[in-house]
Amino acid sequence: MRLSGRDLRCVRGGREVFSGLDFTASSGEALVVTGPNGSGKTSLLRLIAGLLVIEGGSIGLEGGDSELTLPEQAHYLGHRDALKPALSVEENLSFWRDFLGGEAFDARASLVTVGLDHAAQLPAAFLSAGQRRRLSIARLIALRRPIWLLDEPTNALDTAGQSMFAALMSDHLARGGLIVAATHAPLGLQGSELRIGGSS
Amino acid sequence: MTALGALITRDIRIALRVGGGALIGVLFFLTVVVLMPFAVGPDLALLTRLGPAILWLGALLASLLTLDRLFTADHEDGSLDLIVMSRTPLELACAAKALAHWLAAGLPLVIATPVLGLLLNLDALSTSAVALTLLAGTPALTFTGMIGAALAVTMHRGGLLLAVLVLPLSIPVLIFGVAASQAAITGPSSFGAPFSILCALSLVSFVIGPFAAAASLRHGLD
Repeated sequence: MRLSGRDLRCVRGGREVFSGLDFTASSGEALVVTGPNGSGKTSLLRLIAGLLVIEGGSIGLEGGDSELTLPEQAHYLGHRDALKPALSVEENLSFWRDFLGGEAFDARASLVTVGLDHAAQLPAAFLSAGQRRRLSIARLIALRRPIWLLDEPTNALDTAGQSMFAALMSDHLARGGLIVAATHAPLGLQGSELRIGGSS
Repeated sequence: MTALGALITRDIRIALRVGGGALIGVLFFLTVVVLMPFAVGPDLALLTRLGPAILWLGALLASLLTLDRLFTADHEDGSLDLIVMSRTPLELACAAKALAHWLAAGLPLVIATPVLGLLLNLDALSTSAVALTLLAGTPALTFTGMIGAALAVTMHRGGLLLAVLVLPLSIPVLIFGVAASQAAITGPSSFGAPFSILCALSLVSFVIGPFAAAASLRHGLD
């Protein structure tokens, strides 16, 4: 599987964020997107996820499931957690696992992996920022999708959480998955780097 | 089907739990109808004549009040992004959300109607006629209101905009809902004709609502 973007242009609110951007990533590879604040890292991820309109250029996926679109094969882990405070931790996770579509795994086992099984029945409103992030990460493993689009994935995670997530990412890559991650912090991943924006 | 079932269950759960919108709609409906006899005065004949109109207006305003959150809540916490990326067509997801909203916020209005009919001096037959028209008509309010809710997503504080956008679409529903109720209570025109049109409006909204809402959500991505 091979994900590539050619001559991409992104416009937000009438202002050009970036243009002429090229990237490629193949199965088992991580592409780490770096750049100063406002350079368009999140916008690039949202373009790939089909959540922004492509103003110019193209994004292509070779070797994926031909029945499905690119966004339908991708997990998007963004700034916002997509968690409902009124639902319990397990209800939140089970809903996304059942609704998104893909090869599904046991929700409880995923909670054990991210270290949230003790809080499974707790309403998500009472989770800390780091726990919310762990719950979002549990979504990535409760449902298998080959492409992971990660936006600052280790925000709010403690050291143990970061190494847990690094292990999950290398596991995903070892299975032939593909990761595009926007980050400032080192993720502990071997991968090519895509730098957007200024040289600072 | 599991996916849509999961979405419907989730939305109903959220609506029924603390802070959900289901109870707010019914309470608002109750407030409007309970206050009306005090405002109009103790003229029983007048209350009977105004009864169906008051119940329908109350239901319309109550559904507008709760529709506001149909998509904005999902937009704010990022759920809408994931819903767009799911393998369920967005049109079906919109229809499922509207159905869940109607079950949690529209159906309780219909169930509350017999109790409120007492306050408006409506007899059993009239009350059941109004309840029946509400049962047939409130889905149309939800499914057309959904279009406005989807349009309001991209605008911050779109609540008032929703009311302005949705009101013209709900006027036909209101006209035929009240006409059918009046026909059942006072005659002489038949109940069947306006009631059939009301059902037709609901059926049309089932088809148009999800497609229009999905199109506006896709267009408004950002």
